[in-house]
Amino acid sequence: MELITNHLLSLILFMPTAAALVMLFLPNDRLRLLRMVALVASLIPLALSLLLWARFNPIPNAQAAFQFVEKADWYGAINASYHLGVDGISLPMVLLTTLLTPLAILASFNIQEKVKAYMILFLLLETGMLGVFLALDLLLFFVFWEIGLVPMYFLIAQWGSKNRNYAALKFNLYTMGGSLGLLLAIQLMGVAVGSFDLIELYRQWPQLTELSVPIGLPVSTVKIIAFWAFVVAFAVKVPVWPFHTWLPDAHTEAPTAGSMILAGVLLKLGAYGFLRLVLPLFPAESQQFAGALAFLAVAAIIFGALGAWAQNDFKRLIAYSSINHMGFVVLGIAAAAAVWNTASPVSQLDKTIALNGAVLQMFNHGLSAAGMFFLVGVIYDRAHTRDLNHFGGLFAILPVYGTVLIFTAMASLGLPGLNGFVSEFLVVRGSWPVLTLATALAMIGLFFTGAYILKALKMVLHGPLNNRWQGHLRDMSARELMVMAPLMILMLGLGIWPALLLDVINRAVAFLF
Amino acid sequence: MQFPILSALIFTPLAAGILLLLLPAERKNLIRQVALAASLIVLVLSFVLYFAYDNARGGYQFRESFAWLPQLGIAYSVGVDGFSLPMILLSGLVIFSGVMVSWNIDDRPREFFSFLMFLGASVLGVFCALDLFMLFFFFELAVFPKYLMIVVWGSPKTREYGGMKLTLYLFIGSVISLVGALAVYFGSGLGTFDLLALEQAGFPIAFQKLWFPFVFLGFAILGGIFPFHSWAPDGHVAAPTAISMLLAGVEMKVGAFAALRVGIMLLPEGAQFWAPAVLALATINVVYGAVIALVQTDFKYVIGFSSVSHMGLVMIGFATMNKDGLIGAGMQMFSHGVMTALFFAVVGMVYDRAHTRDIAGLGGLARKMPWAAVGFIIGGLVSMGMPGFSGFVAEFPIFMGAWQAAPLVAVIAVIGILITAGYILLVVRRVFFGEIPPELDKIVGDVSGKDKIVIALLSVTMVLLGWFPSLLSRMIESGVGSILSLLGGA
Repeated sequence: MELITNHLLSLILFMPTAAALVMLFLPNDRLRLLRMVALVASLIPLALSLLLWARFNPIPNAQAAFQFVEKADWYGAINASYHLGVDGISLPMVLLTTLLTPLAILASFNIQEKVKAYMILFLLLETGMLGVFLALDLLLFFVFWEIGLVPMYFLIAQWGSKNRNYAALKFNLYTMGGSLGLLLAIQLMGVAVGSFDLIELYRQWPQLTELSVPIGLPVSTVKIIAFWAFVVAFAVKVPVWPFHTWLPDAHTEAPTAGSMILAGVLLKLGAYGFLRLVLPLFPAESQQFAGALAFLAVAAIIFGALGAWAQNDFKRLIAYSSINHMGFVVLGIAAAAAVWNTASPVSQLDKTIALNGAVLQMFNHGLSAAGMFFLVGVIYDRAHTRDLNHFGGLFAILPVYGTVLIFTAMASLGLPGLNGFVSEFLVVRGSWPVLTLATALAMIGLFFTGAYILKALKMVLHGPLNNRWQGHLRDMSARELMVMAPLMILMLGLGIWPALLLDVINRAVAFLF
Repeated sequence: MQFPILSALIFTPLAAGILLLLLPAERKNLIRQVALAASLIVLVLSFVLYFAYDNARGGYQFRESFAWLPQLGIAYSVGVDGFSLPMILLSGLVIFSGVMVSWNIDDRPREFFSFLMFLGASVLGVFCALDLFMLFFFFELAVFPKYLMIVVWGSPKTREYGGMKLTLYLFIGSVISLVGALAVYFGSGLGTFDLLALEQAGFPIAFQKLWFPFVFLGFAILGGIFPFHSWAPDGHVAAPTAISMLLAGVEMKVGAFAALRVGIMLLPEGAQFWAPAVLALATINVVYGAVIALVQTDFKYVIGFSSVSHMGLVMIGFATMNKDGLIGAGMQMFSHGVMTALFFAVVGMVYDRAHTRDIAGLGGLARKMPWAAVGFIIGGLVSMGMPGFSGFVAEFPIFMGAWQAAPLVAVIAVIGILITAGYILLVVRRVFFGEIPPELDKIVGDVSGKDKIVIALLSVTMVLLGWFPSLLSRMIESGVGSILSLLGGA
């Protein structure tokens, strides 16, 4: 037990990789075996992260802002170390990742082609995502940040639909291109501070007044450029308008489980980057450019919603809705940045509320987006079309599916009592006094959110039944319900009792920021 | 007396090369087995060296020295430090892999494997040499096997041209550096070719500024520096698989290594003076090589030009002349050597089965040869500097070094990474995925067991290094320490 708790994070992080290595040696044609091994292997990190949650001390203290810390020499020649730890911001993200991965694997049980490679890639993807949330070393962060691209690229390019090659390449080049500036900025910071350790960088980089680099620009200018390099890299991933165009393509072409993870976890990596790196490393620059960030966030909210409204492809509609929902996360972050150095207790409270909302919204969107993409996949598997115009009146023949879809859609729309409401309310409540105009505009976006969700529900479930489906569609299977059940329970649970997570989040953001 | 492990390392392939020529030509299997045994011995010895080297002590270890031509100050003097040892490990890996993938060569295998062994002895000799004359001796020893192997076993259409071009370029290069080396020999007034003595000779600055370009450039041509790089893609493409692997994987490192050992380490102030020019040329290498690779239609040319791009990063690392940059250069030499050897091995496997290297005529091969596809993809990820693979941990310190020396270089060179990602992903997709052309569907089969061993060996090396860079970086760091002390802490 001692061994487990001392290396809990490493175990969570590398258990999927270890399982992937084991799977390499399993026979190709034993599909059931491969699926079960992958599922069980992904349940272990879930169990371990529940243990982590149980053992986590929600009250942070100055000696240990991060818990379960592990530190070892990694790349000593350039002072990068293997440094892991969790706090109240990363813990919910770890839980989200370890929860969604087994669900996505369960959702992929209908994959028939190259099952072994598929499952191995999924498990490797999990390690990549977890590493981003756990890393406390900037170089290690970047390693995991990029490594996740590889399995995702192949998941889209190999198991995606018609236009998959284009979408996979676009996804990869966009994200890699977006990260080039981040890469350069990380190198620069490592050279300037002499360490990649985040704790060290938190302490030294914002205070830095002299650069040991012959760059010929004042330090403040260099910091602003580095700030934007970070922002662009994370904005591409979130994605924030106008860096979002890879997302609808990638989602539409990705296999169902790929979309679940893409929307459920990968987008959170970008938002997490803002919280973990941009705000603490560039507090002054964040404050200076909070207005610009808020503008981008509002544009994402409004254009995302309008874009979703205009779609006739069910999956594309959900893809655009992600842009809309993630806009709220960025709005909350922008609001917090705007009142960064505030002395007034009122603004301090606004900031805390906005950040609470942002982190909770990340978790909530993870649940609802994964759920919605799965439900799109369910109907696509049966009907082989995603065109909303071809559906209609399906509630009559698919009552279970209809109920689940309405429930999930309502959570996504922000119906009080379900989880989406709480987090969006918190973001709006925190942002309003700080960025009133932007928040007001975002509320208009919220209106369109209602419009596109209802449009989708109407075109799929209601109205006259499209007769071609009569007798051709089965309702949801037990396996499919098993995928949705945990998500729905959490949506309801967090809607009624958000303190379940907010307790941990709140203490962390109040402490850190 | 200690076991002369370095001599054993150098003379095993040399002896095997001679022995092979004495064997009857029709005993093809025996010939292959002798070559394999020799290459295995080299591989094992290089691992023994790796584990036996004391990083904490640093400096040159396993030294052997005796007078060879004392009248001229020439000695047989060998030793390895933290910078050259990874190169020996690399040579061991690539020579072994080269023998393995050439197993089925049917055209005069005796001469083929014999020349391959001579080439191996030549590169190992350069990496071990602590005497300038000896370094040149082994350097030139490579010329005849290289030339003959390309023109005899190379790809029929371009082998005369490619072999001739390569040989002439490298010949000119070595003449230029020989001139520089003689100037160093006479200029020192010490009457010795001992590299360690010459390092301490303290040449006047004007002398260094004058002669550095000769010494450095001559060797750097073999390292593929722009604008003298064009022998590399032509030569690599014309050569048979094992020679492409050795040329791009090890020979280009020999050039870069000698440019460092003789150019930068003997004439540090000259290097300091010329560093901006080297940085500029090397930056062109990185971006230009990647752009040209992007537009190639021949599978093998893509890899040929990618080597030009990657070797540019090595040169950038050298020219930064600081700790990070040099560590990165050492890592990159190893990483690129393994990567490109794997690339050329896979290209050869594909060509042997599909009989074409035209990217447009290939497709869907992952289904037929999954091992080759996975190997090529891993090589590709290394090539594009993906974290988790050896390319990243090598390129990252180079960029850190560039930031300290010339930030603009880092900003420009990073473009190369994105272009590399573009051409690698495109080639992977066009060759290994998509529809397989019907005429290939019939003839292409899976790779052999020996091929799989090579793919696994090289791939695992790159992934391991990507996750555990300290396996090599500690050693390289100790080697870089002594280089930096010559540079006067510059």
